[in-house]
Amino acid sequence: MSSGSGASSLRLGVIVFPGSNCDRDAGCAWEELGLGEAVYLWHGDHDLQGVDAVIVPGGFSYGDALRAGAIARFAPIMTEVARFAERGGLVLGICNGFQILCEAGLLPGALVRNEGLRFVCRHVGLRVETIDSPFTALYTPGQVLSIPVAHGEGRYACDEETLAALKAEDRILFRYCAADGAVGEESNPNGSLESIAGILGGPNRNVLGMMPHPERAIAGRLGSADGRLLFEAVRQALQARLPALTAA
Amino acid sequence: MPKVTVYVTLKPTLLDAQGRTVETALHQLGYDEATGVRLGKIIEMQVPADGADADGIRRRVAAMCDKLLANPVTEDYRIVVGEDGSAA
Repeated sequence: MSSGSGASSLRLGVIVFPGSNCDRDAGCAWEELGLGEAVYLWHGDHDLQGVDAVIVPGGFSYGDALRAGAIARFAPIMTEVARFAERGGLVLGICNGFQILCEAGLLPGALVRNEGLRFVCRHVGLRVETIDSPFTALYTPGQVLSIPVAHGEGRYACDEETLAALKAEDRILFRYCAADGAVGEESNPNGSLESIAGILGGPNRNVLGMMPHPERAIAGRLGSADGRLLFEAVRQALQARLPALTAA
Repeated sequence: MPKVTVYVTLKPTLLDAQGRTVETALHQLGYDEATGVRLGKIIEMQVPADGADADGIRRRVAAMCDKLLANPVTEDYRIVVGEDGSAA
Protein backbone atom coordinates (compact mmCIF):
# COMPACT_ATOMS: atom_id res chain seq x y z
CA MET A 1 0.00 0.00 0.00
CA SER A 2 2.97 2.35 -0.37
CA SER A 3 3.23 4.93 -3.08
CA GLY A 4 6.85 3.87 -3.40
CA SER A 5 7.94 7.39 -4.12
CA GLY A 6 10.87 8.46 -2.02
CA ALA A 7 9.81 12.08 -1.86
CA SER A 8 6.31 11.20 -0.73
CA SER A 9 6.84 9.39 2.50
CA LEU A 10 4.07 11.19 4.35
CA ARG A 11 1.91 8.73 6.26
CA LEU A 12 -1.80 9.39 6.56
CA GLY A 13 -3.51 7.51 9.38
CA VAL A 14 -7.04 6.39 8.51
CA ILE A 15 -9.15 5.43 11.51
CA VAL A 16 -11.28 2.34 10.93
CA PHE A 17 -14.36 1.73 13.07
CA PRO A 18 -16.82 -1.12 12.68
CA GLY A 19 -19.16 0.42 10.11
CA SER A 20 -16.68 2.81 8.50
CA ASN A 21 -17.16 2.69 4.73
CA CYS A 22 -15.07 5.54 3.35
CA ASP A 23 -11.81 4.47 4.95
CA ARG A 24 -10.47 2.88 1.77
CA ASP A 25 -11.66 5.83 -0.33
CA ALA A 26 -9.69 8.18 1.90
CA GLY A 27 -6.58 6.00 1.92
CA CYS A 28 -6.78 5.44 -1.84
CA ALA A 29 -7.18 9.17 -2.50
CA TRP A 30 -4.02 9.88 -0.55
CA GLU A 31 -2.07 7.17 -2.36
CA GLU A 32 -3.56 7.71 -5.84
CA LEU A 33 -2.60 11.36 -5.64
CA GLY A 34 0.95 10.27 -4.86
CA LEU A 35 0.98 12.09 -1.54
CA GLY A 36 2.29 9.20 0.50
CA GLU A 37 1.19 6.09 2.28
CA ALA A 38 -2.10 5.27 4.02
CA VAL A 39 -1.90 3.54 7.38
CA TYR A 40 -5.16 1.98 8.60
CA LEU A 41 -5.65 2.32 12.34
CA TRP A 42 -8.20 0.06 14.08
CA HIS A 43 -10.59 1.71 16.53
CA GLY A 44 -9.43 -0.53 19.37
CA ASP A 45 -5.77 0.43 18.98
CA HIS A 46 -3.98 2.77 21.36
CA ASP A 47 -1.27 3.90 18.98
CA LEU A 48 -1.27 6.25 15.98
CA GLN A 49 1.94 4.60 14.77
CA GLY A 50 3.65 7.92 14.24
CA VAL A 51 1.47 9.00 11.30
CA ASP A 52 1.80 12.57 10.01
CA ALA A 53 -1.93 13.32 9.79
CA VAL A 54 -5.17 11.56 10.69
CA ILE A 55 -8.44 11.08 8.81
CA VAL A 56 -11.61 10.09 10.63
CA PRO A 57 -13.54 8.77 7.64
CA GLY A 58 -17.15 8.53 6.64
CA GLY A 59 -19.49 5.64 7.25
CA PHE A 60 -21.82 4.47 9.97
CA SER A 61 -19.56 3.75 12.92
CA TYR A 62 -21.25 1.34 15.33
CA GLY A 63 -24.32 1.46 13.12
CA ASP A 64 -25.04 5.04 14.23
CA ALA A 65 -26.44 3.57 17.45
CA LEU A 66 -27.88 6.25 19.74
CA ARG A 67 -26.58 9.14 17.59
CA ALA A 68 -24.10 9.31 14.73
CA GLY A 69 -20.65 9.35 16.30
CA ALA A 70 -21.87 8.99 19.89
CA ILE A 71 -20.24 5.61 20.49
CA ALA A 72 -17.19 6.09 18.26
CA ARG A 73 -15.93 9.01 20.29
CA PHE A 74 -15.18 6.61 23.17
CA ALA A 75 -13.12 4.21 21.05
CA PRO A 76 -9.59 3.79 22.46
CA ILE A 77 -7.98 5.25 19.33
CA MET A 78 -9.96 8.48 19.79
CA THR A 79 -8.01 9.29 22.97
CA GLU A 80 -4.89 9.30 20.81
CA VAL A 81 -6.59 11.32 18.06
CA ALA A 82 -7.61 13.94 20.65
CA ARG A 83 -4.08 14.10 22.02
CA PHE A 84 -2.70 14.43 18.48
CA ALA A 85 -5.15 17.23 17.70
CA GLU A 86 -4.33 19.08 20.91
CA ARG A 87 -0.64 18.98 19.98
CA GLY A 88 -1.49 20.62 16.67
CA GLY A 89 -1.58 17.50 14.48
CA LEU A 90 -3.73 17.71 11.36
CA VAL A 91 -7.02 15.85 11.77
CA LEU A 92 -9.65 15.61 9.01
CA GLY A 93 -13.14 14.46 9.90
CA ILE A 94 -15.26 13.72 6.87
CA CYS A 95 -19.00 13.00 7.08
CA ASN A 96 -19.31 10.48 9.93
CA GLY A 97 -15.84 11.66 10.92
CA PHE A 98 -17.20 15.20 11.31
CA GLN A 99 -20.03 13.85 13.47
CA ILE A 100 -17.52 11.94 15.59
CA LEU A 101 -15.23 14.96 16.08
CA CYS A 102 -18.22 17.03 17.20
CA GLU A 103 -19.35 14.33 19.61
CA ALA A 104 -15.79 14.15 20.93
CA GLY A 105 -15.77 17.88 21.56
CA LEU A 106 -12.85 18.42 19.17
CA LEU A 107 -15.16 20.60 17.09
CA PRO A 108 -18.07 22.71 18.36
CA GLY A 109 -21.70 22.03 17.54
CA ALA A 110 -23.42 18.89 16.32
CA LEU A 111 -25.00 17.33 13.24
CA VAL A 112 -28.66 16.41 13.30
CA ARG A 113 -31.20 14.83 10.96
CA ASN A 114 -31.49 16.49 7.54
CA GLU A 115 -34.34 18.96 7.43
CA GLY A 116 -36.04 17.07 4.60
CA LEU A 117 -35.48 13.74 6.41
CA ARG A 118 -34.05 12.29 3.22
CA PHE A 119 -30.63 10.76 2.80
CA VAL A 120 -28.96 13.13 0.34
CA CYS A 121 -26.44 11.62 -2.07
CA ARG A 122 -25.28 13.91 -4.89
CA HIS A 123 -22.72 16.48 -5.92
CA VAL A 124 -23.24 19.86 -4.27
CA GLY A 125 -21.72 23.27 -4.73
CA LEU A 126 -19.30 24.20 -2.00
CA ARG A 127 -17.95 27.71 -1.50
CA VAL A 128 -14.52 28.13 0.02
CA GLU A 129 -15.09 30.63 2.84
CA THR A 130 -11.50 30.96 4.01
CA ILE A 131 -8.14 29.86 2.73
CA ASP A 132 -6.51 30.50 6.09
CA SER A 133 -6.21 26.81 6.93
CA PRO A 134 -3.90 23.91 6.18
CA PHE A 135 -6.81 22.33 4.28
CA THR A 136 -7.88 25.14 1.98
CA ALA A 137 -4.65 27.07 1.46
CA LEU A 138 -4.43 26.06 -2.22
CA TYR A 139 -7.93 27.21 -3.16
CA THR A 140 -8.93 30.80 -3.82
CA PRO A 141 -11.34 32.66 -1.54
CA GLY A 142 -14.91 32.24 -2.76
CA GLN A 143 -13.96 29.43 -5.14
CA VAL A 144 -16.89 27.12 -5.90
CA LEU A 145 -16.16 23.40 -5.72
CA SER A 146 -18.25 20.45 -6.80
CA ILE A 147 -18.01 17.76 -4.12
CA PRO A 148 -20.41 14.90 -3.34
CA VAL A 149 -22.37 14.59 -0.12
CA ALA A 150 -23.90 11.35 1.15
CA HIS A 151 -25.60 11.68 4.52
CA GLY A 152 -28.86 11.59 6.41
CA GLU A 153 -27.68 13.54 9.44
CA GLY A 154 -25.71 16.47 8.13
CA ARG A 155 -27.62 19.48 9.36
CA TYR A 156 -25.07 21.49 11.29
CA ALA A 157 -26.41 22.99 14.52
CA CYS A 158 -24.84 25.07 17.28
CA ASP A 159 -25.87 27.80 19.69
CA GLU A 160 -25.63 31.50 18.82
CA GLU A 161 -22.52 32.01 20.90
CA THR A 162 -20.69 29.25 19.04
CA LEU A 163 -21.84 30.58 15.67
CA ALA A 164 -20.61 34.05 16.56
CA ALA A 165 -17.24 32.63 17.60
CA LEU A 166 -16.94 30.60 14.39
CA LYS A 167 -17.52 33.76 12.38
CA ALA A 168 -15.31 36.02 14.47
CA GLU A 169 -12.46 33.52 14.29
CA ASP A 170 -12.94 32.85 10.56
CA ARG A 171 -13.52 29.16 11.25
CA ILE A 172 -16.30 28.48 8.77
CA LEU A 173 -14.43 26.71 5.97
CA PHE A 174 -17.15 25.75 3.50
CA ARG A 175 -20.74 26.70 2.79
CA TYR A 176 -23.17 24.93 0.47
CA CYS A 177 -23.84 27.12 -2.55
CA ALA A 178 -25.26 27.30 -6.06
CA ALA A 179 -23.04 26.98 -9.13
CA ASP A 180 -22.52 30.75 -9.16
CA GLY A 181 -21.48 30.75 -5.51
CA ALA A 182 -24.74 32.14 -4.16
CA VAL A 183 -25.62 30.81 -0.72
CA GLY A 184 -29.29 30.26 0.08
CA GLU A 185 -32.02 27.84 0.99
CA GLU A 186 -32.23 26.38 -2.52
CA SER A 187 -28.62 25.22 -2.44
CA ASN A 188 -28.69 23.98 1.15
CA PRO A 189 -29.11 20.17 0.92
CA ASN A 190 -29.88 19.49 4.57
CA GLY A 191 -31.06 22.66 6.29
CA SER A 192 -27.66 23.28 7.81
CA LEU A 193 -27.34 26.40 9.96
CA GLU A 194 -26.25 29.25 7.65
CA SER A 195 -25.46 26.62 5.01
CA ILE A 196 -22.39 25.51 6.95
CA ALA A 197 -20.74 22.49 5.35
CA GLY A 198 -17.36 22.50 7.07
CA ILE A 199 -15.64 24.12 10.04
CA LEU A 200 -12.21 24.45 11.60
CA GLY A 201 -11.09 23.74 15.14
CA GLY A 202 -8.04 22.82 17.14
CA PRO A 203 -5.46 25.02 18.85
CA ASN A 204 -3.80 25.86 15.54
CA ARG A 205 -6.65 25.67 13.00
CA ASN A 206 -5.54 22.09 12.61
CA VAL A 207 -8.82 20.18 12.89
CA LEU A 208 -11.23 20.02 9.94
CA GLY A 209 -14.79 18.76 9.98
CA MET A 210 -16.87 18.64 6.78
CA MET A 211 -19.90 16.69 5.59
CA PRO A 212 -18.99 16.53 1.85
CA HIS A 213 -16.50 13.94 0.63
CA PRO A 214 -13.38 15.45 -0.99
CA GLU A 215 -11.86 11.95 -1.16
CA ARG A 216 -14.56 11.05 -3.69
CA ALA A 217 -13.64 14.01 -5.89
CA ILE A 218 -10.03 13.48 -6.86
CA ALA A 219 -10.30 12.72 -10.58
CA GLY A 220 -12.45 13.77 -13.51
CA ARG A 221 -13.59 10.18 -14.00
CA LEU A 222 -15.24 10.40 -10.55
CA GLY A 223 -17.23 13.43 -11.68
CA SER A 224 -14.99 16.01 -10.07
CA ALA A 225 -11.36 16.56 -9.17
CA ASP A 226 -12.10 19.52 -6.92
CA GLY A 227 -11.12 17.66 -3.78
CA ARG A 228 -7.54 17.18 -4.89
CA LEU A 229 -6.27 20.54 -3.74
CA LEU A 230 -7.51 19.87 -0.22
CA PHE A 231 -5.23 16.85 0.05
CA GLU A 232 -2.40 18.64 -1.75
CA ALA A 233 -2.74 21.46 0.79
CA VAL A 234 -2.46 18.94 3.61
CA ARG A 235 0.72 17.60 2.09
CA GLN A 236 2.14 21.08 1.70
CA ALA A 237 1.31 21.92 5.31
CA LEU A 238 2.87 18.70 6.52
CA GLN A 239 6.03 19.24 4.54
CA ALA A 240 6.36 22.76 5.91
CA ARG A 241 5.93 21.48 9.47
CA LEU A 242 7.89 18.27 9.22
CA PRO A 243 11.16 19.46 10.78
CA ALA A 244 9.31 20.86 13.79
CA LEU A 245 7.32 17.67 14.28
CA THR A 246 10.38 15.47 13.97
CA ALA A 247 12.17 17.54 16.59
CA ALA A 248 9.24 17.15 19.02
CA MET B 1 -34.12 -3.30 41.03
CA PRO B 2 -35.45 0.16 40.14
CA LYS B 3 -36.38 0.74 36.58
CA VAL B 4 -35.16 4.02 35.14
CA THR B 5 -36.57 5.64 32.04
CA VAL B 6 -34.74 8.41 30.20
CA TYR B 7 -36.58 10.61 27.71
CA VAL B 8 -34.32 12.34 25.19
CA THR B 9 -35.76 15.06 22.94
CA LEU B 10 -34.37 17.66 20.58
CA LYS B 11 -34.03 21.09 22.13
CA PRO B 12 -37.10 23.27 21.45
CA THR B 13 -34.90 25.75 19.60
CA LEU B 14 -34.07 23.12 16.97
CA LEU B 15 -36.39 22.17 14.16
CA ASP B 16 -37.58 18.60 14.76
CA ALA B 17 -37.93 17.48 11.14
CA GLN B 18 -39.44 14.12 12.08
CA GLY B 19 -41.91 15.72 14.48
CA ARG B 20 -43.00 18.15 11.80
CA THR B 21 -43.59 15.32 9.32
CA VAL B 22 -45.61 13.31 11.83
CA GLU B 23 -47.66 16.39 12.69
CA THR B 24 -48.45 16.95 9.02
CA ALA B 25 -49.54 13.31 8.71
CA LEU B 26 -51.80 13.65 11.75
CA HIS B 27 -53.40 16.73 10.24
CA GLN B 28 -53.97 14.90 6.97
CA LEU B 29 -55.81 12.24 8.96
CA GLY B 30 -58.08 14.91 10.38
CA TYR B 31 -56.41 15.32 13.77
CA ASP B 32 -55.96 19.07 13.44
CA GLU B 33 -55.86 19.45 17.21
CA ALA B 34 -52.41 17.84 17.43
CA THR B 35 -49.76 20.57 17.53
CA GLY B 36 -46.19 20.82 18.72
CA VAL B 37 -45.43 17.18 17.84
CA ARG B 38 -41.88 16.27 18.84
CA LEU B 39 -40.17 12.91 18.47
CA GLY B 40 -37.53 11.61 20.82
CA LYS B 41 -35.98 8.52 22.28
CA ILE B 42 -36.86 6.46 25.30
CA ILE B 43 -34.01 4.64 27.00
CA GLU B 44 -34.99 2.12 29.66
CA MET B 45 -32.61 0.47 32.08
CA GLN B 46 -32.41 -1.34 35.38
CA VAL B 47 -30.13 0.31 37.91
CA PRO B 48 -29.33 -1.39 41.23
CA ALA B 49 -30.11 1.00 44.07
CA ASP B 50 -27.12 -0.07 46.20
CA GLY B 51 -28.53 1.93 49.08
CA ALA B 52 -29.06 5.06 46.98
CA ASP B 53 -32.44 6.78 47.05
CA ALA B 54 -34.26 7.98 43.96
CA ASP B 55 -32.23 11.20 43.91
CA GLY B 56 -28.98 9.28 44.13
CA ILE B 57 -30.00 7.06 41.21
CA ARG B 58 -31.15 10.10 39.28
CA ARG B 59 -27.76 11.74 39.74
CA ARG B 60 -25.97 8.67 38.41
CA VAL B 61 -28.25 8.44 35.39
CA ALA B 62 -27.86 12.19 34.78
CA ALA B 63 -24.11 11.59 34.56
CA MET B 64 -24.78 8.86 31.99
CA CYS B 65 -26.90 11.32 30.01
CA ASP B 66 -24.27 14.05 30.11
CA LYS B 67 -21.55 11.66 29.03
CA LEU B 68 -23.28 9.48 26.46
CA LEU B 69 -27.06 9.25 26.27
CA ALA B 70 -27.82 12.82 25.19
CA ASN B 71 -25.89 15.42 23.22
CA PRO B 72 -25.96 18.62 25.28
CA VAL B 73 -25.66 20.72 22.13
CA THR B 74 -28.88 19.49 20.58
CA GLU B 75 -30.85 17.47 23.12
CA ASP B 76 -32.62 17.74 26.47
CA TYR B 77 -33.31 14.79 28.73
CA ARG B 78 -35.71 13.87 31.52
CA ILE B 79 -35.19 11.03 33.97
CA VAL B 80 -37.96 9.04 35.62
CA VAL B 81 -37.07 6.62 38.42
CA GLY B 82 -39.65 4.02 39.34
CA GLU B 83 -41.23 0.72 38.39
CA ASP B 84 -43.69 2.47 36.13
CA GLY B 85 -42.08 4.82 33.65
CA SER B 86 -45.14 7.03 33.74
CA ALA B 87 -44.79 7.74 37.48
CA ALA B 88 -42.92 10.85 38.52
